[in-house]
Amino acid sequence: MALLLQISEPGQSPEPHQRKRAVGIDLGTTNSLVATVRSGTATIVNDEQGRALLPSALHYDRHGLSCVGYEALEHDLSDPLNTLTSVKRFMGRGLADVALFGEQLPYEFVAGSDSGMPKFATAAGAISPVQASAELLASLERRAELALGGDLDGAVITVPAYFDDAQRQATKDAAMLAGIKVLRLLNEPTAAAIAYGLDAGGEGTIAVYDLGGGTFDISILRLTRGVFEVLASGGDSALGGDDFDRAIADWLRAELAIDADMAPAQQRQLLAIAKRAKQQLSEVEQTQLTVGEQSLILDRDQLATLLDPLIAKTLRACRRSLADAGVKLDEIDNVVLVGGSTRALRVREKVADYFGREPLCHLDPDQVVALGAAVQADVLIGNKSGDDLLLLDVIPLSLGIETMGGLVEKIIHRNTTIPVAKAQEFTTFKDGQTALAVHVVQGERELVSDCRSLARFELRGIPPMTAGSAKIRVTYQVDADGLLSVAAREMTSGVEARIEVKPSYGLDDGEVTRMLQESFSHAREDMAARALAEQQVEADRIIEDIRAAIAVDGEQLLDADELECLRKSIDELQQLRETTREHRQLARKIESVAKGSETFAARRMNAAVKKALAGQSLDQLEGEL
Amino acid sequence: MPFSQDYFALFGLPVDFTVNRGELDGAFRQLQQRYHPDRAAAGSDADVRLAVQQAAAINQAYTTLKSPLLRAHYLLELAGVEGDSESRVTRDGLFLMEQIALRERIEELDEHPQPFDELEQLRSTVEVKFVDCEEQFAHHYQAGDYLRAQDAVAKLQFFAKLLEQLDELEQDLEDR
Repeated sequence: MALLLQISEPGQSPEPHQRKRAVGIDLGTTNSLVATVRSGTATIVNDEQGRALLPSALHYDRHGLSCVGYEALEHDLSDPLNTLTSVKRFMGRGLADVALFGEQLPYEFVAGSDSGMPKFATAAGAISPVQASAELLASLERRAELALGGDLDGAVITVPAYFDDAQRQATKDAAMLAGIKVLRLLNEPTAAAIAYGLDAGGEGTIAVYDLGGGTFDISILRLTRGVFEVLASGGDSALGGDDFDRAIADWLRAELAIDADMAPAQQRQLLAIAKRAKQQLSEVEQTQLTVGEQSLILDRDQLATLLDPLIAKTLRACRRSLADAGVKLDEIDNVVLVGGSTRALRVREKVADYFGREPLCHLDPDQVVALGAAVQADVLIGNKSGDDLLLLDVIPLSLGIETMGGLVEKIIHRNTTIPVAKAQEFTTFKDGQTALAVHVVQGERELVSDCRSLARFELRGIPPMTAGSAKIRVTYQVDADGLLSVAAREMTSGVEARIEVKPSYGLDDGEVTRMLQESFSHAREDMAARALAEQQVEADRIIEDIRAAIAVDGEQLLDADELECLRKSIDELQQLRETTREHRQLARKIESVAKGSETFAARRMNAAVKKALAGQSLDQLEGEL
Repeated sequence: MPFSQDYFALFGLPVDFTVNRGELDGAFRQLQQRYHPDRAAAGSDADVRLAVQQAAAINQAYTTLKSPLLRAHYLLELAGVEGDSESRVTRDGLFLMEQIALRERIEELDEHPQPFDELEQLRSTVEVKFVDCEEQFAHHYQAGDYLRAQDAVAKLQFFAKLLEQLDELEQDLEDR
């Protein structure tokens, strides 16, 4: 299949002097890159020393930012508190999230003010992750402007597919702070697919297998006549190449009978040896590992035994995404490999095995995301004709609203194509209620407490009405960048409240995966909780209905025994509803009460029919029938 | 702007339960090529806002016509059929018995010696019934018998829920 990198057709692209300057930026955790389309081909823009990567590192002194990139990394050991790395992990996160990172962080934090995002305490004062990211973006922007000979007109910035609303918003804010016009936030796997992509006229279904150091992403895309449609994306963000190293190190420790309680320094040494061995085994059949006086041989077969369980986990996620996408394995036309950890030979073998075809991996896995972003930027800025390339992405995590009983009602399901707008109507549950709290959550679980809280706001000024008569329409809108805005409106009075969801913190990749996995393993539990809540509502409804009916004509239609029996059965139901945690038990009781009231219902129906027919002559009836 | 029309007209399709998927997909892509916010990415904020709304409307229409269940619902809505027939269907004893039997089998899947085979069997059983209901709907809808068509939709909904539940269970089983 031909490469997409050459998509401009002769005569179609505007004259060179009319071309606008657009770039794709891969703002990475460890390294960042910028790329642009030149003469129809996406290329990485190198720095003045000819280096492609900008290490995502910044060094601050009391005058402010002193340097970024390689230069900043040189301060890492001598001045760790003022050298910021891995800033991406803090984007859109709250102080509480950061505390949960669980490892020793070299930084000191100050709680953020209104944004809620923690700031790094440096010699230059408190620096927020958004500010730091903005500096990295600005540095890449300067590099591109130098190379392209003028100001940039716009940029596409990539984000992990699993980034939630808060993380996307923080990324966009950083770009705005750097003075960059964001044409689009683009999901990293989608960018990779574009880079590997196919002629604008090509067709096919593509799986993007993205295995980084700590995360795994899988996206299923379909390309039809220039439209790239993301069908599903999923993954396991607590799984990556670092786990491979750990598995090898554990084996090494067991083989050499090294005490499990070793010093951290020795632990790091073992991991480094493991990593080196892993890399070597992509080139050679076997390698010798030496720890102190001892040494042993690791060959490819043994490595396979160690890595296979981990790779199998990624393939399970692939199967799930295929199911979500409604695509069968043999319908996949191409598999694209992204991320440094896909350099491991065993990964390539297993992926080829699973999909039944050799994966594409001829582009540098570190560069492919930036290259794809550059292609998309070139299209969005208008350097291409309108029919070229269109991307339809999906939302990675469901968006919902809190309803009665702490349950989540999903308003937009994950893997829904964006942009999307969905409205749902709610009502008041108390007489004279004048305000309604709207709690926006993101996640797959059924209980609010298990999902990420994105925002809360209140719709006030609802005119006092009886319970259930207000009509409150809540609208969720997600734009092409995956950013959410929510509006609530009381339909009879027109009272409105609207909020751009700018939460103070968000989920990190690991948390997203954990939530997804929990949502699968807790599906049972959730279902039980939900089923119970539903049965309770059902019980309330039937109790109320029957009591109301008895009040109207119970005494006319039922004899004393029947009435007593029915009353007793609803009292029992009422009691069970308050005490049981077993939804099936409650459902059975509801059913038996419903059955017990059938005679009553039938008599009421007859009475109603008689009443309706009373006074009509037989002729009239026949005429109507 | 074509957005004031019904979904079928938006895609240039006849108002019918049977939809030519190729034509639907093609029309969808053409509309998105034209109205997607990316086409306005270099334009003003107002242009982008309008495009977001238009693209969202196209996506909504596409989602509705793609799914047999949503499509059936929508056809009844267009025909002005209101209300909900769930209560009527839940009084259909035979249907209820069948639902209960299916649900029991699903609940017992956990302890089944060959859960995956059983799950596959259940799935194909439910799928057959789903298609059956689709045909019933198409028949009643065409005959203008909206009451019965509505019942068929309610049944479709039950089966769709079962299929969803089976998908979740499959993932559950795989994770064990």
